[in-house]
Amino acid sequence: MLKRAPVPPDPTAAVDAASPLSIRDMTVAYQDLAAIRSASVDIQPGSLTAIVGPNGAGKSTLLKAALDLIPRTSGRVAFWGRPFGAVRRRVAYVPQRAAVDWDFPATALDVVLMGLYADMGFMRLPGRRHKEKARAALARVGMAGLADRQIGRLSGGQQQRVFLARALAQDADLTLLDEPFAGVDAATEAAIVEVLRSLNQEGRTIVAVHHDLASVTEIFDHVVLMAGRIVAAGRTAEVFTPDVLETTYGGRLSLEAFPDGRGRPERLR
Amino acid sequence: MNDFVLLSLVPLVVSTAAALACALVGNFLVLRRQSLIGDAVSHVVLPGIVAAFLLTGVVAPLPMLLGATAAAVLASALIALVRSVGGVEPGAAMGVVFTSMFAGGVLLLETSGAGSVHLDVEHALLGNLESLIWFEGTGWAALLDPTALAALPPQVWRLLAVLVAVAAFVLAFWKELVIGSFDPVFAATVGARPRVVDMALLLFTAVVAVFAFEAVGSILVVAMFICPPAAARLMTDRLVPQVAWSLLFAVASAVGGYVAAGYGPLWIGFQSSVSAAGMIAVVSGLILAAACVAGPRRKGTRSIGAPA
Repeated sequence: MLKRAPVPPDPTAAVDAASPLSIRDMTVAYQDLAAIRSASVDIQPGSLTAIVGPNGAGKSTLLKAALDLIPRTSGRVAFWGRPFGAVRRRVAYVPQRAAVDWDFPATALDVVLMGLYADMGFMRLPGRRHKEKARAALARVGMAGLADRQIGRLSGGQQQRVFLARALAQDADLTLLDEPFAGVDAATEAAIVEVLRSLNQEGRTIVAVHHDLASVTEIFDHVVLMAGRIVAAGRTAEVFTPDVLETTYGGRLSLEAFPDGRGRPERLR
Repeated sequence: MNDFVLLSLVPLVVSTAAALACALVGNFLVLRRQSLIGDAVSHVVLPGIVAAFLLTGVVAPLPMLLGATAAAVLASALIALVRSVGGVEPGAAMGVVFTSMFAGGVLLLETSGAGSVHLDVEHALLGNLESLIWFEGTGWAALLDPTALAALPPQVWRLLAVLVAVAAFVLAFWKELVIGSFDPVFAATVGARPRVVDMALLLFTAVVAVFAFEAVGSILVVAMFICPPAAARLMTDRLVPQVAWSLLFAVASAVGGYVAAGYGPLWIGFQSSVSAAGMIAVVSGLILAAACVAGPRRKGTRSIGAPA
C-alpha cells in the first residue's frame, strides 16, 4: 500500500470506497456552535487508529456524527463507500462508559448479548448459540468468571471490558471506541490493548478516541489529530510530530526529546 | 357473598387491570428515569377531554378518550420538541409542557362554557371505582350468563383490552425496550430504532394513563406507574424478576387497597368506607416503603462500582 501523505484529503474529492470510514467536508454544530469544521479524513483499512486532540476538539463528535447519532450540518460520510445504514452489521461502536446507567438491572452477559441484537430475529430472545458467543467474548476480555454479575457491581475497568466484549460479540470489521482507556486500571488497559491488537491482526480496523498522548506511538499505527478540525492524519511515525502536536494543542504541551529524536509529548494542562 | 359479585368484582378487576398495565409500562419509565412522564401525561389529558367535548357536544367516553389520547400524544411530541430544540433537560421539558397544557385545559373549560362537563375535582383525582356496580351480577353464575356479561360496566372491557395491548407491546418489543433503556446510543447503531420505541412507549403510557384515568383517577395512575416498579427494583438485580415482582406488587396494591378501603374503616370502628383508589395508592406506597427498608437490593447493600 502506498504511504499516504500526512495531509487531509481534498474536501471536494469523492469518498474513498476502499476506506472503512471516509469523511468529506463534514461540519457538525451544536446549537450555533461549530464543534467540527469541514473535516475530511480516510481511515486506512486494517489500521489501528487513534483520534487525538484537546478537550472539545470534536473527537467523540466525529464518531457520533459519522454514525448518524447526531445530525451533520453538511458533508458526506461513507463506510466502504456505502451509507452507514447499509453496513451497520459490519460496524461496532463502544460508547463512553459514563454514557450509560450502570445501575441497570442486567448482568455482564445480558449486556454482551445486546451486541448480538442484529443476529436475533424480531420477537426472538437469545438462544444457546447467542449465549455461547457472548460468553466467549467475555472470556476474551478476561471476564469469564463475572458473566452473571450485575453490572453495577463491577469495577470501572471491568465495566469497560464488558463494553469491549459487547463489541467483540458484534464480530465487526470496523470497531469505533470512544475513550476505551478512560478511568481504567493498568490491568484492564493492558487487556484492552491486547484485544485490540489481536482484532487488528485479524485484519479488522480499529479507531479509538484516545487521551494519553504518551501511549499513542506504542499502541496505534495511525493517528488523526483534531482541534475542531482535522489537523493531520496518517501514519503515527510520520504525523505524530512535535510540530503537529503543537498546532493541535496550541502550545499547551511540553515536548522533550525522545531517545530516537522525536518529540515525547506530555500534557501540561 | 352475592354482594361481592354485585359490588366488588368489577372494581377489583378494573383496578387490578389498570395497576398491571401501569406497572408494565412503569418498569421502563423507571429504568429510563422518566417516571414523571406518567404524571405529566395524566395531567395533559384534561385539555383533550375538554376539546373533545367542544367538538362533539356530548359527554361520551369514546370522544373524550380520543381527545385525551390526542392531547397526550401532542404533549409527548411537544416534550420531545422542547428537549431537542430548547436543549433543556427532560424534567424541565416535561414540567413546561404539562403545566401549560393543564392550564390551557382549565382556561378552555372556563371560557367556552363547557363547565357543564362533569369534571369535578374528586372524579379527576380519585376516579369512579365505587360506582362500577354490576347490576346483573347477582351471583357467581352471572359470569356464565351472556345477558349479565353484556351488562358489565364498559370499563371492564376497556381496561382488559388496554392490558392485553400493553402486554403484547412489551413482549413483542422486549429486546428493543431493554437495549433502548440501557444504552440508546448503542441501540441506534445496531438498528434497534430507539427513537421509534421511545415514541411507542410514550404512546402506550398515554393510552394507559387515559383509560386508567377515566376509571380509577389520576392519583392511582401516578402511583401505579411508579410504586410497583420502583419497589420491584429493590427486590432484584435482574430485569425479568423485576417485572414479575412489579406485577405482583401491582395486584397486591389493587386487591389489598380495595379491601382495606371497603372494610378497613369498619375494622377500626368507623361506619363508612374510604376511597378505594386513594387506598390502593396508599398501599402501593406502603409496599415501596417496605421494599426500601427490607428489599434485598436496596441502596447500601450494594457494593459501589468504584472507578478503578
